Amino acid sequence: MNAPTPGLKPTTYIGQDIPRPNARRLLAGRGQYVDDLRLPRELHAAFVRSPHAHARIVSINLTEARKAKGVFWCGTGIDVARAVSPWVGTLSHFKGMKSAPQYAVAIERATWQGEAVAVVVAQTRAQAEDAVQLIEVDYQALPAVTDMETALDATTPVIHPELGDNLAFTRGIDTGQVAAAFAGAHVVVEDTFRFGRHTGVCLEPRAITADFNASEQHLTVYLGNQAPHMMRDLFAKHLDLPEAHVRVIARDVGGSFGIKVHVYPDEMAVAGIAKLLGRPIRYAADRLESMSTDIHAREHRVRAKMGVDRDGRIIAIEIDDLTGIGPYSVYPRTSAVEGNQVVNLTGGPYDFKHYLANLKVVFQNKTPTCQYRAVGHPIAVAVTEGLVDHAAQKLGMDPAEFRRLNLIGDDKYPFTSVSGMKFEALSHHACLDKLLGLMDYKALRAEQQALRAKGIYRGIGLAALIEVTNPSALFYGVGGARISAQDGCTLRLEPTGWVTALTGVTEQGQGTEGMIAQVVASIVGIPVEHVRVITGDTDTTPYGGGTWASRGAGIGGEAALQASRELKANILALAGAILTRDPVGLDLRQAQIVDNISGEIVLPLSEAARIGQYRPDTLPREFQPQLSVTRQYGQRDWPFVFTNGIQASYVEVDTDTGFVKLLKHWMVEDCGTIINPLLVDEQLRGGIAQGIGAALFEECLYDSEGQLQNATMADYLVPMAAEMPDMVIGHVATPTRSSELGAKGAGEAGTAGAPAAVMNAINDALAPLKARVTDQPFTPERLLKALGKV
Amino acid sequence: MENLITINLKVNGVAVTKAVEPRTHLVDFLRNELSLTGSHAGCEHGVCGACTVLVDGEIVRGCLTLACQLEGAAVETVEGLTESGAIADLQTAFHQRNALQCGYCTPGMLVCASALINEQPQASREEIREYMSGNYCRCTGYEAIVDAIELTAKNRAAGQELAKVKA
Repeated sequence: MNAPTPGLKPTTYIGQDIPRPNARRLLAGRGQYVDDLRLPRELHAAFVRSPHAHARIVSINLTEARKAKGVFWCGTGIDVARAVSPWVGTLSHFKGMKSAPQYAVAIERATWQGEAVAVVVAQTRAQAEDAVQLIEVDYQALPAVTDMETALDATTPVIHPELGDNLAFTRGIDTGQVAAAFAGAHVVVEDTFRFGRHTGVCLEPRAITADFNASEQHLTVYLGNQAPHMMRDLFAKHLDLPEAHVRVIARDVGGSFGIKVHVYPDEMAVAGIAKLLGRPIRYAADRLESMSTDIHAREHRVRAKMGVDRDGRIIAIEIDDLTGIGPYSVYPRTSAVEGNQVVNLTGGPYDFKHYLANLKVVFQNKTPTCQYRAVGHPIAVAVTEGLVDHAAQKLGMDPAEFRRLNLIGDDKYPFTSVSGMKFEALSHHACLDKLLGLMDYKALRAEQQALRAKGIYRGIGLAALIEVTNPSALFYGVGGARISAQDGCTLRLEPTGWVTALTGVTEQGQGTEGMIAQVVASIVGIPVEHVRVITGDTDTTPYGGGTWASRGAGIGGEAALQASRELKANILALAGAILTRDPVGLDLRQAQIVDNISGEIVLPLSEAARIGQYRPDTLPREFQPQLSVTRQYGQRDWPFVFTNGIQASYVEVDTDTGFVKLLKHWMVEDCGTIINPLLVDEQLRGGIAQGIGAALFEECLYDSEGQLQNATMADYLVPMAAEMPDMVIGHVATPTRSSELGAKGAGEAGTAGAPAAVMNAINDALAPLKARVTDQPFTPERLLKALGKV
Repeated sequence: MENLITINLKVNGVAVTKAVEPRTHLVDFLRNELSLTGSHAGCEHGVCGACTVLVDGEIVRGCLTLACQLEGAAVETVEGLTESGAIADLQTAFHQRNALQCGYCTPGMLVCASALINEQPQASREEIREYMSGNYCRCTGYEAIVDAIELTAKNRAAGQELAKVKA
């Protein structure tokens, strides 16, 4: 070499805005969602669903359906139960929790409108649906338990008589001296907050294709799902197959948000029928089925009060949370987690001593509820922040100043909350300061005042939050659920010098694959486009929990980092063997083996990989190159690694029509190390949009008979482009020390805080009119009622 | 079925002759008969826009259109628009801005956005939001989508200006 080679420096992709490589196929219409798949000899399933919220199934006549064109098989709950055993959705660490055995297809009794009572399998979906119309079911309607307020009354029917009552779970927290603290308070504010039951409305409905190969007794399930390994275990258990005989494949998933991480009876039925028939069976929910059988969430009524002292310091909070979860606790995560999170997280951002919380989780004849994005957080945050603004208003304090006085100090960590939550390191004050700067809070307040003089009612609402991320086994594993708390990453050095990464965490569009590629490329020392990532296949990826509770980057990313460290060390050992040099003096940068001091290139990685794969005969006999590695990571230092953040909403209320116009939204949050800011910001924006949906539009409306009134997307309103404001995102970074990567989760903080911010903004706008709303969604009708206009 | 109707149409420039049941929706026809699975059925009510395709250059909902209505029509789907390169700049802008997450709405979103840019090349952000408000996205919160469309419209307008100057 004549010209001096400029030495290569280490490069990192961590912290870089890199567009996701896997988005390209989706942009070309080449995604592979479950319902895009076609298998030879496949058949289509369609379900007969109960029109009653609660009914005895007197008889089912399948005769005409069996004769219908294209029909291959028809069955009732008893037929499906031959292939699928029932389950009970409880966790042993929720003391006293109870639920009833649930069957894939109802037997004897339907317990919500939409529960499957019979199933048809035909050659086309249309034929299966035609035959569904020919099935005669004789129902004897039973009284429906719909109102959670009266679910525990002695006069209310008990949905599952063997359980004794309609109480699924109850829990209390009492720090002691709470009544005395309230007695000594300067100001006490009280509110009752109601939260409309809503649902995830993934644009891709739930879908499954199950293919059973009887000759090998092997089940392959293509499933839109967040946790393939969990589902593999459960299919094996309830279809009575060895786990090794079940493969679950989740390719592209059209939105999940927690909706696609549960056991759904119709999906279990499809897998069971595939086993009975030895044929591939396809099923995709239609929108009506999605609205009435996807899990619902967040039907809560919380009575709450807060006591503050003369200076505005919070002394005590008391809450009573009642939540209705439908007729069964959902398997295997249970429907008690949401309420449990509410009592765990209420008051979470604040430094105060006295807390009393009571939770009651009751059964009712509505669609089962379970974990949906930000599980419990939106309720806890709305209750806390609603009380905070109410107290500030009563004291005549600026809400930002009230928060500055009460938020846990940034220098007070580690900190244990009143409910026993342990915080490693949060940054509430840094986030508050940054938020107020981003939104130019003082100028906004001045604008608001100036417009009020002109009869324009604008409001500013703040909402501080904490978010559960990177959970340990204390979330589910400790309660006996076979849901992995760890994840693995396998890295394979290809002979070209490229790396294939297989990870247990999964992709539903949040950017998991891009995130993993950035970590691997940075640590191994190769261009990011030289990393190919494989997710969502239990036959190939390491066992792991998947993607939920904002754990993808924090858990899966750390496993990828540790695997990358090891692969790199192995590559350098190989290069040392090839070069007969001490690997300690070598480094791998931009796919080149370099001298680690000068950066001078000594060997291309592709050449090292070629020799390692094809010419190990040229290496010392005792040296075996290790070109595939696996590392597992589970977070062990904390029950959860909490993040924090704060949001602000700026709204204008039309006091004549009750309409709320969202003018702008801001969020500052701290998810530790950010691997890809572009992806994180869009997670936050998307999360905020879902929170805004809850605040203003979304509610599953039932009548007193348990009939869902708005189970179409024409009737159930979701945020569309025209309703959404622009959202300004800022960050503070406090990496967690529980991992080398330092990443915490960011998937749910947007949804956690947005409803509270919007509520506080509306109430700030309405304050001069002495009106106040606390029942979500904040519809025009509710606003006009609060204003005394209707 | 008994009453099949034979239709002759062009799909992405290719002549297609098929016998369809009268009840077959366009989106099911494209997906099931032609394996064009880029268009998705989302709501089956014409509300979500996931099935948006072009019929004779106009955006239509594949879930509200019957295949048997399309005798002699020219249908374009995301697959065709991709292969012709007609929306390559829009796709790049969506990619760079991360204006998609799960991608299920994206084909319909792209078809609708390309019509918007053709019809209203100077559209403001508010007009973009209004025009796109028949296309549901649960993942993004829409801001990145509005950004990507706005950027593509501006780039196309600048490109046309440049072409004028050169001419």
